[in-house]
Amino acid sequence: MCSYIVEKAALVGSAKGRKGWMRIDTANVYFDHPYHSTLDHVLAIDFTNEGEGGRDRVAVELSAGSARALVERIVAALASGEAAHGAPIPALPVAAE
Amino acid sequence: MSYYQGQRSEVVPFHGHNGDTGEAYYARPTRAGKFSGIVVIHHIPGWCEWTTEVVRKLAHHGYAAISPHLYFREGGPDESPDDLGARIRAAGGVADAQIMGDVAGAIAYLRAQPNATGKIGVIGFCSGGRHCYLAACTLSGIDAAVDCWGGNVIVDDPKLLNDKRPVAPIDQTVKLGRPLLGIFGNDDANPTADQVNRTEAVLKKLGKNYEFHRYDGAGHAFFNTQRDAYRPEQAQDGWRKVFAFFTRYLAASAASSIAAE
Repeated sequence: MCSYIVEKAALVGSAKGRKGWMRIDTANVYFDHPYHSTLDHVLAIDFTNEGEGGRDRVAVELSAGSARALVERIVAALASGEAAHGAPIPALPVAAE
Repeated sequence: MSYYQGQRSEVVPFHGHNGDTGEAYYARPTRAGKFSGIVVIHHIPGWCEWTTEVVRKLAHHGYAAISPHLYFREGGPDESPDDLGARIRAAGGVADAQIMGDVAGAIAYLRAQPNATGKIGVIGFCSGGRHCYLAACTLSGIDAAVDCWGGNVIVDDPKLLNDKRPVAPIDQTVKLGRPLLGIFGNDDANPTADQVNRTEAVLKKLGKNYEFHRYDGAGHAFFNTQRDAYRPEQAQDGWRKVFAFFTRYLAASAASSIAAE
């Protein structure tokens, strides 16, 4: 695509990057040319903490087909997991550090 | 003299837009003589390894080539260029004016070298092809420009224009003042074959010096040996076209656009 089109998703969670575990608050999602993959286009996700400047990220580059399959597996895992464990306990507000 | 000539490649400081100092990848032949310069404009994902390979390929063919790191302001030199590219993307990209300032700075670096002929070419890939088109239309001191599959030269959706990219490159074509070579894959989605045809129509209507080459069986980035999109046969012919073009317009005896401006 050669574009700067990015979908932003607000997140509550953690990811493990080159400096170890970190809290994340954002996923930048786009379908464009990759940096590392050999594919022409990839579905890329950068997990970052924009609240802390967004300088570190955990990145993935996925084929379009595998990304769609992943979406289905995420939805399926949530459904089966919530059925087994019950409704999730609401997250506490993140305390200032 | 050996059939093959040596070259030296290194990361050098250059002064870009607003005089900001950044990094550039620079390679040139080590033999004695004068060499024309070529600026390599990298693609949206960033200042990648393949870009450095292109710089060395140009040096192998007798040019002093430089690729400015267009995202250097986003982080320190120890940070991975792909991380800087991700931040730039999340921020909506780099303003065209800043890119043009950095390309002008890279041109100045090449001109300042003691073994420079004074002739300068620019080549860009993907978004860098679009930037190359803009540079060919708006910067001085360029003798030949090569746009490799630059997307969004024609902007069909006005929503793609914004403060960072305020003008469609095609609307700058009237100012194009040096020869332009275009290399395109007919299976590319950006630019499409139709957009390439419409770009050519504008160049032809304005009487510009250009040559376009289109390749069947190739899409976007078909020179890129690190992508599945690589098409060796088309890429070999494309590179031959690129080097023939640079030989024609960057030879020391060729008329300089500087003198004509």
